[in-house]
Amino acid sequence: MSDLDCREFVELVTSYLEGSMDAQAEQDFVDHLALCDGCERYLDQMRRTSESLAELPGDSIATDARSALLDAFRSRRG
Amino acid sequence: MAGLPADDVLAERLRSGDDDTFALLLDGWSGGMLRVARSFVSTEESAAEVVQETWLAVIEGIERFEGRSSLKTWVYRILTNTAKRRGTREHKVVPMSSVDDSGPTVDPSRFRPAGDPFPGHWWDFPPAWPSPEQGLLSGEVRDRLAKALAELPERQRLVVVLRDVEGRPYDEVCELLGITAANQRVLLHRARAFLRGKLEEYYRERS
Ligand SMILES: [Zn+2]
Repeated sequence: MSDLDCREFVELVTSYLEGSMDAQAEQDFVDHLALCDGCERYLDQMRRTSESLAELPGDSIATDARSALLDAFRSRRG
Repeated sequence: MAGLPADDVLAERLRSGDDDTFALLLDGWSGGMLRVARSFVSTEESAAEVVQETWLAVIEGIERFEGRSSLKTWVYRILTNTAKRRGTREHKVVPMSSVDDSGPTVDPSRFRPAGDPFPGHWWDFPPAWPSPEQGLLSGEVRDRLAKALAELPERQRLVVVLRDVEGRPYDEVCELLGITAANQRVLLHRARAFLRGKLEEYYRERS
């Protein structure tokens, strides 16, 4: 294993996913990842958490607000 | 929203009064805008008014869109400025300048201590989650995530909402929130780690 331990690895996950590590740090990260199933799982779960958030449904705008805005658009632009 | 025309086409249609295009953007973007606005102001009503005010400013100001950013970025810039002004008026100021979030994001007791033959390594690996085919985003998981988002400190919530929920690029988020890339990364990391922990709790309860 590299010098990196799991406790350090988990704090670097976002830097890794953001592509913001320097070459040496990224190499250490990837070396640890290759040998540690626990950290591989942690990284995967962080990625899945991030991806799941993209699937949260948004609220929609109230119908009366929507029609008021469409009216405003038509009277200003129509 | 795949399938939207290019930004210059959209802007031109808005300028020329094409209300179908306006309705398309209104329906596609307002939900995300509401969620972002809500992180700045104190009530749902305020958030709805911020979104309303933003669209009115878009209607009035679409001539000023020069295409130097994406149209959505331009709209979100108006949104966050409107929301910040509103938040200040409501005395709900989200401090953006300091990183006071520090310390480990994973409970230190999950790692072996100094003096152990493998210091800093997991005692037990994080438990596996069911594969996504088994329904990662069931309604229940969504509810858990939404609830957990609401528990986050405001700055963390704003960053993770803009980045992960709304999918805005990191340079836009730096600009909108007036934070550095490093600061954003710290806030995003803490937010994701907290949310991951909540999902882990959920799956642990169920297994
Ligand atoms: Zn590890």
